[in-house]
Amino acid sequence: MSDLKAGPLAGTGAGRLLALACLALLLSAAALGAVALGAATMPPAKILSAIFAFDGSRDHILITGIRLPRVLAALLAGSALAVAGAIMQAVSSNPLASPDLLGINSGAAFAVVSVMSAYGTGIGDLYVWLAFVGAAAAAGIVYALGSLGAGGHSPLRLVLAGAIITTFLTSVTTVVLIFDQGTLDAVRLWTAGSVTGRSMAQVKTVTPYILVGLITALPFGRHLTTLSLGADASRALGQSPVLWRGLSIALVILLAGGAVALAGPIGFVGLLVPHLVRMCIGVDYRWVVPFSAVTGALLVIVADMVGRLVFGSQSFPVGVTIALIGAPFFLYLARTRLRGDA
Amino acid sequence: MANDMQPSAKLASKDVDIAYGHRLIVENLNLAIPARRFTALLGPNGSGKSTILRTFAALLKPSTGSILLDGRDVARLSTREMARKFGVLLQGPVAPEGLTVSDLVRQGRYPHQSLFSRWSAEDQQACDEAMVLTGTVDLANRMLDTLSGGQRQRAWIAMTLAQQGDTLLLDEPTTYLDLEHQIELMKLITMLVAKRGKTAVAVLHDINQAARYAQHLVLLKAGKISAAGAPLDVLSPDIIEDVFKVKSVVFQDPVTGTPMCIPL
Repeated sequence: MSDLKAGPLAGTGAGRLLALACLALLLSAAALGAVALGAATMPPAKILSAIFAFDGSRDHILITGIRLPRVLAALLAGSALAVAGAIMQAVSSNPLASPDLLGINSGAAFAVVSVMSAYGTGIGDLYVWLAFVGAAAAAGIVYALGSLGAGGHSPLRLVLAGAIITTFLTSVTTVVLIFDQGTLDAVRLWTAGSVTGRSMAQVKTVTPYILVGLITALPFGRHLTTLSLGADASRALGQSPVLWRGLSIALVILLAGGAVALAGPIGFVGLLVPHLVRMCIGVDYRWVVPFSAVTGALLVIVADMVGRLVFGSQSFPVGVTIALIGAPFFLYLARTRLRGDA
Repeated sequence: MANDMQPSAKLASKDVDIAYGHRLIVENLNLAIPARRFTALLGPNGSGKSTILRTFAALLKPSTGSILLDGRDVARLSTREMARKFGVLLQGPVAPEGLTVSDLVRQGRYPHQSLFSRWSAEDQQACDEAMVLTGTVDLANRMLDTLSGGQRQRAWIAMTLAQQGDTLLLDEPTTYLDLEHQIELMKLITMLVAKRGKTAVAVLHDINQAARYAQHLVLLKAGKISAAGAPLDVLSPDIIEDVFKVKSVVFQDPVTGTPMCIPL
């Protein structure tokens, strides 16, 4: 009995914490590398002096005005999308769910495109807010539609409502873009998912929302695991599935809405990262949430760096790089992991 | 309020109607579940067994009437309080891919934890004990989707035991299990009732298994109680024909002395 006292459940906490710390270290190194590397290489000392003792030199402007916001945008968007994806997959008990299911990307694109088309493309940083509001509105409508009716909330109904709203908004957006060349040129890069040319002001606008989302998501982990057992089991365990599902969707709107406002619809991060994390550390969402946050940030930063350095273009959209990596990986997942679900 | 109930009733339904939409499944049900006994709900498909069990578990709300636990209306209990009093095993539960047995058992402590409370020694002890009782200690780090049906069912039961409620509600716990695991499960329930003073209610399909292991049988037909009582008093060819539309003879099992039904 004495070895039982330590408990088969106490298990691997220390190992996971160590792995998380290593990943975080790797993330810091990648972030530093992303700021340092480029057409002109910036040594770490110069980066630090640009941040803490800004002297207005050309290098300092390059660091604080271009590279740092780009890396911060990648970091915020990556971690937000990955955590939002993890939450969506738990809430819908569907391993293939992602924040896009709520119509977040199409809502953001629709809002940005329709306002630009009506008032011209010179709206500056306002588009960040537009994207955020559009994303939140679309997700709110999807959630409301998904929980209307006698049966109340059901993951299937949510997915259906999401598909309908996404198709509708995407169609309208496409029509507007077909007839409005100016708007198309202005949003082309953004709709591919890109962190090119982000300004510090844009980053600062979105940071509070994503940070609140991430910090709130951490103590959520335990509740997400219970929620992922399905509505009946969650209720039988004393959880209110309606309340927690609602709170979870609100978090997803904060996180994914913030991410799409900052970096456009970067696909695959919300789908792949939580999946990858669960494959490595299991389904306990107390761990899935922090691991997803760090891994998502790492993926987007590295992918953006690869796009810049390997493809040699400052404006190569990170969304495309990730899709190039993500699509084959997704096929692999679909072939190997999903066979067991049937 | 509970004057007309037997004093030993742990759980009872009082004038309960249950409906799905406008379709009435159960009408005017007055069912008493004896305390510290193993009660089996029997009946043909569609007789309302699972519906009644889900209503006892507060997963369904009765359209009229009330469910009484120790004589008090459960509608006044919060979801959390319910989960501390009842361990519920649902039919064919599906866990997310990759969940380990110990992860699942931990979930049984959900109703005992407050929003920000940490995992306590008490939580750990409840989980350890539940896993010892169900023989799942060796499976702790295995993923549920790699287990056999019997092992998986035991893991889910360990989760309900970790809740430490004194009433267990089990919906078809033996379905999909082979004979050995069915008997193992029946023995586990019998032991929990005899040694731990639990009240167990299970929806079962095998009349003879129910007669052998349960102390109280409730036979249901079209949402109504046809007969309820000790197996020896309840199982007769007439009642079995009335409920299941099957002619049979009832013998006394030469080994256990419990009634045994043989369809003709």
